[in-house]
Amino acid sequence: MGKTIFVTVGTTQFDSLIKKITSEEALETLAALGYSQLTAQIGRGEYEPSESTSRTNGHPAVSVSWFRLKASIEDDIAASDLVVSHAGAGSVMDCLGLGKPVLVVVNEELMGNHQTELAHKLAKDGHLHFCGVKDLVVSLKSLDWSCLTPFPPGEPAKVARFLDSALGFV
Amino acid sequence: MTLDYFFVLIFFLSLIFLILRLWTRNSKKYTRSKDKDPASVLMVAGSGGHTREILSLATTLGKHYSPRYYIVAETDSVSEAKIHYCEKQRGGDDVPQEYQIFTIPRSREVKQSYLTSILTTCRASLSSFPLVFKLQPDVILCNGPGTCIPICFAGLLLKWFSVKDTYIVYVESFCRVTSMSLSGKLLYRFVDAFFVQWPELAEKYPGAKYMGPVVS
Repeated sequence: MGKTIFVTVGTTQFDSLIKKITSEEALETLAALGYSQLTAQIGRGEYEPSESTSRTNGHPAVSVSWFRLKASIEDDIAASDLVVSHAGAGSVMDCLGLGKPVLVVVNEELMGNHQTELAHKLAKDGHLHFCGVKDLVVSLKSLDWSCLTPFPPGEPAKVARFLDSALGFV
Repeated sequence: MTLDYFFVLIFFLSLIFLILRLWTRNSKKYTRSKDKDPASVLMVAGSGGHTREILSLATTLGKHYSPRYYIVAETDSVSEAKIHYCEKQRGGDDVPQEYQIFTIPRSREVKQSYLTSILTTCRASLSSFPLVFKLQPDVILCNGPGTCIPICFAGLLLKWFSVKDTYIVYVESFCRVTSMSLSGKLLYRFVDAFFVQWPELAEKYPGAKYMGPVVS
């Protein structure tokens, strides 16, 4: 049984990522890396990948499946060995929270693209890797996942405590 | 001439009155009972990551924050489903869980241009002002989607006109590491408590509170 890779684009559309990761070149690379299953969450994207199993040279093939949206993708993340995610904070936090290695792919087409800030920072601090769509395949081949460190979860209770005291709740 | 003096006098008197009002309100200290006097809280869920963050904060609020009102964008059924899911998770308390979801038109779709954004923001404002005036929440909690701008300003109007002493909390999104969002820049000086989640941003905005990441 090979490894599973999960691709998520959140509630947006990110067709160029879905096209690239399900391209023959990418699937061959994944097969060579020992992946046998690719699940893609494509959000509101227009491009629907074919669910066929790819052909590869010598390696067991990667089977591709996809869906659009779910209330929670936690199970999909938990079941995967690697997550390729758009830069949305929510998806990134989901992955880090579950302790999964993440490759964030930055969507250069988005306006103002502040999302890169978070990916840059978390990559700089050694919690994830990030790349653009163009160098996705190269990154998959060359990145070292063992050097990543877990990101400690945030503490929303701090805000709740602050609010309690601000409103005078005792 | 005497009429002029009269108006100047009226002007200064009302100014003093206003300052006194604001001053006495800020210095007032009171306690509130969790059982007898719960606080209603209005939360602005944006889409995707914003919703996730606001729900992360919502789930840690005690049951003395009731009812909980959520505002979501019209086209965002995923956020609605997530809110229902999280509220169900809260169950187990003896009191019936009181929450309500309201939808308003989006201020801006992802990828929408800035120019048409102005028009759609106006449309969103038209439906958010009456909603806030009707609900008159004790607390407004938001984390930066465009929709929270008209919501917070409606809350400020409630305060300025002494209709309701709404406490407005803004938690800048976790994805803002070095630059403030447009909503954050606009609301920074006006809200009661402004949180940022990264030291880089805290350095640039000394009025903001920084306690590390506060969403999980």
